[in-house]
Amino acid sequence: MKRAAPILTVLLVIIAVWYAAAIWMNAPWAYDQAVRAEAAAPTWAELPGLTLNQDRPVLPSPHQVIAELARSTLGLPPSSKKSLVYHAWVTISGTLLGFAMGTTLGVLLAVGIVYSRSIEMSVLPWAIASQMVPIIALAPMLAVVMHAVGATPLMTKAVISAYLSFFPVVVGMVKGLRSPEVMQLDLLQTYAAPGGAVFWKLRLPSSMPYFFASVKVGIAASLVGAIVAELNQQAGLGARLLQGSYYGQTTQIWAALFLSAILAAVLVMLAGRIERGVLLRMGMARC
Amino acid sequence: MLGPLDYPKLLCFLAFWAGAWLLNSELAKCRAPWVRYAVPLVFGLTLLVLWQAGVTAYGVNKIILPPPSDVLARMSVSVPTLWADLVQTFFKGALSGYAMGCSAAVVTAIAIDRSPFLQAGLLPVGNFVAALPIVGIAPILVMWFGFDWQSKAAVVVVMVFFPVLVNTIAGLAASEVMQRDLMATYSASYWQTLFKLRLPAAMPFIFNGLKIATTLALIGAIVAEFFGSPIVGMGFRIVAEVGRSSPDMVWAEIAVAALAGSAFYGLVALIEKRATFWHPSQRN
Repeated sequence: MKRAAPILTVLLVIIAVWYAAAIWMNAPWAYDQAVRAEAAAPTWAELPGLTLNQDRPVLPSPHQVIAELARSTLGLPPSSKKSLVYHAWVTISGTLLGFAMGTTLGVLLAVGIVYSRSIEMSVLPWAIASQMVPIIALAPMLAVVMHAVGATPLMTKAVISAYLSFFPVVVGMVKGLRSPEVMQLDLLQTYAAPGGAVFWKLRLPSSMPYFFASVKVGIAASLVGAIVAELNQQAGLGARLLQGSYYGQTTQIWAALFLSAILAAVLVMLAGRIERGVLLRMGMARC
Repeated sequence: MLGPLDYPKLLCFLAFWAGAWLLNSELAKCRAPWVRYAVPLVFGLTLLVLWQAGVTAYGVNKIILPPPSDVLARMSVSVPTLWADLVQTFFKGALSGYAMGCSAAVVTAIAIDRSPFLQAGLLPVGNFVAALPIVGIAPILVMWFGFDWQSKAAVVVVMVFFPVLVNTIAGLAASEVMQRDLMATYSASYWQTLFKLRLPAAMPFIFNGLKIATTLALIGAIVAEFFGSPIVGMGFRIVAEVGRSSPDMVWAEIAVAALAGSAFYGLVALIEKRATFWHPSQRN
């Protein structure tokens, strides 16, 4: 309860500011309507009623966004193309596929980097440089290339997601695989443990906390990748954002934005749950 | 897909790759300081040569993947366009947004640092927002601030704000109790302690946030242009040239973005080196 009070206060302030901003930003339209109808300008008391429920507000009020979110998720059958559940599923499938690809690649690369000095020296600087490139700029180009090669939209999305999520995994895993102390490595040496056993029994288990820390960053990054990739596609939350911006459907944009925020939160929380479970089984959890 | 003539080519490529790799693994064994730069350089050049040779040898459609030489040629003839795009997107959109967002974040962090209540409330919210797909607000901000660079700067402000905020708050907590006690025995005022102890101690954290924000700034500015922009700018050019099927221009634009992004990151890292020379991570 003690921890919840400040957070709730901050959230309440945000919502209050949002309502105030909605009234302020939507007011010009209300005044404009009054002028056109040649009626008297709305008074301060009337203003909230006129601004908080507009069809095409500049800034939709929170309850409008939530209503739109409920309508387009619960009110429609999930198979409908207007349903946000359908679009969210499209986005999630791309995110998860890309995340799986990126994580696999990242772990393999990290193992290579830890075991081979020449891989480390040739690849690591480029892996770092690759993150300074605004890779998202590549998304439209990649879409064309992948289409020409005959890949599905899902695959295109997954490639971009994978690209964004592989780097945190590489960095975290390199750190993790190197985290065993010299003493522990020496102990295995005195056991005459073969290289494989050192990897499976010492390096890999001790890298797990680092792995999960990267996973949480990586899954959020791959969601961003999937959404941006969808700007060039027909379905998905990113496509909904773009359609909303083309047709001036602000409420639709906000609903899609909220849903992607919820997705991000759920994915990161899920990763946290798995982390706790795995670390508990391995006896490494800090309860 | 491969004809009988293609296999010798493939063998050539594999041999080249193996040769370059052998060279690199030999290089990696010696400990001279220049090797640190030579090895990645050899690797990058190998990739470029393979790209160029592969595209030419197999006659890959230039619309799918233009050879690097085409991209270079295109870059050299369209310097004015590329420069105009760079100014619009990078200097006007990304840099101004970066400056505003980062300074706002640092000031906010210092402000809420004085109140444990605000900290307890804002930190979880800030951490949550930092993980959100913030690029999604780009269409909304483009609607509010118009198509020109102001809307791009606004997207950048929102994108860089939370990472810098979270890092600065962590940094302000980084000075040790002993050190703060020492300042108290000097009867230093709050501001003296802030400027002489806590902000310098926070610098490594702040710069960590600033470095993360460099990449985000450029991404934010480019993606915001996908939602509407004047007829200049890197994001606009990329979308337009994809539509006109001239991928060499797209790649040229991406190369410029990569160079600008790396230079920006390098600059911030350089300032960090100067500002936090005392920190263990900066010692050689």
